[in-house]
Amino acid sequence: MAMKMVLRGNMATAYAAKLARVEVIPAYPITPSTLFPEKISEFVANGELKCQFIKCESEHSAMSACIGASATGARVATATSSQGLALMHEVVFIAAGLRLPIVMAIGNRALSAPINIWCDHQDTIAERDSGWLQFYAEKNQETLDLMLMAFKICEDHRVLLPGMVGMDAFVLTHTMECVDIPEQEEVDRFLPPYKPVYKLDVNNPMTFGAFSSPDNYMEFRYAVHMAMESAVKVIDEVFEEFEKKFGRNYQRVVPFMVEDAEVILVTIGSMTGTAREAVRLLRSKGKKVGLLKITTLRPFPKDLLKKYLKDAKVVVVLERNISLGFGGAVYPEIAAVFANAARRPKIYDFIIGLGGRDIVVEDIVKVYEIAMDALKAKKAEMVEWIGVRKDEIEVIK
Amino acid sequence: MAFKSVKDVPLGPYCHLESTLINKTGEWRNMRPVLDRSKCIRCYICWKFCPDVAIKILPDGNIEHDYEFCKGCGICANECPKKAITMVREE
Repeated sequence: MAMKMVLRGNMATAYAAKLARVEVIPAYPITPSTLFPEKISEFVANGELKCQFIKCESEHSAMSACIGASATGARVATATSSQGLALMHEVVFIAAGLRLPIVMAIGNRALSAPINIWCDHQDTIAERDSGWLQFYAEKNQETLDLMLMAFKICEDHRVLLPGMVGMDAFVLTHTMECVDIPEQEEVDRFLPPYKPVYKLDVNNPMTFGAFSSPDNYMEFRYAVHMAMESAVKVIDEVFEEFEKKFGRNYQRVVPFMVEDAEVILVTIGSMTGTAREAVRLLRSKGKKVGLLKITTLRPFPKDLLKKYLKDAKVVVVLERNISLGFGGAVYPEIAAVFANAARRPKIYDFIIGLGGRDIVVEDIVKVYEIAMDALKAKKAEMVEWIGVRKDEIEVIK
Repeated sequence: MAFKSVKDVPLGPYCHLESTLINKTGEWRNMRPVLDRSKCIRCYICWKFCPDVAIKILPDGNIEHDYEFCKGCGICANECPKKAITMVREE
């Protein structure tokens, strides 16, 4: 019988790795992801998980070891955060180019400077173009479920790309919640062992990571892009199968009260729960507000965003990241969905909760009010920072 | 060799080992190592150091550069204790 446990998000992803029978876990600890390698080493020491746990000297080495291990055909997972992911950057792209389905749990944390260990999506947003699938969890149950599904999606021969599962630092990584742990037999039926197409094998030696001159490089990149596009269908299939087997529904984009909504908020990660409360509050006052949660940022869910947002008057993007010198990173992507549409909503961007600053219901209500004022004033564009004490700083003109 | 279509591109940048025999990297060379066999003491230090396995030991025990693969890095000339290898600019 399935078991319920009170777990931190990090622990839930460690349980997911155990249930997935991961064979190699190279890791280097970093706050707020340290509990993942801690729990894995405990599983290995207790004999609960048959797995090669490699203590590496840096995150760059950890990801390099992941690549080597995955190339031998093993199922591989690791975890990191912030500066650790930034140090992996170079090899993160190689994992995707080599088509290795490594799964990595990320405790989404702000990037330095100033040094800050709290929640912020900047670390994974900075790896957005790396060729890794990106999933974002809202609660601890989702960290476990998305991690399990990520293996199945990434290892599918139509995809064969690595994937990251983002969970908000501390809000999810360290907060305890009740998590349903599926039965091992059920997981085994859902997730059969990984079957590589090619692998490093002493009896059939091959070169992995060969060089490509200008006459072939674009074809390799195009193939990765096509695999990312194919992942859309595979994700939908796996989400459906997961719901049939485990009873929990997942969607690339999750709508909430959007049917007649004039204003639709778009969120990622744990702020979604707060935004849902704000939507309920505003609905109780007769405001036509809805909410979309993005679960998969890569592949980008343009089809679903178009479907849910096309009739809205205003789209309000709430982002825990900032592309300095422009605005949030998700806002231009949503704007691009409507770039050539005859009728399109106004799209406003709000930078909120950077470096772990709390996001409360009142903040979201304030965002709604600012967006409504902007709509009345027919503002063409807007990137607004919520909660910043900015009176003294002005742009030099 | 350019692939005809993306359909012909392998899953990733993988290949069987013969690709290292097909690509004649000797074409990249600017400086050519030239051996003065009268100075060579057959210590094979050059053979150990060559990063491209481009020095062959002949059946008679002499060494010979494989100019199809030698990229002209000059490590052999630098390591030779008898200064039997000189680097000469390619024409």
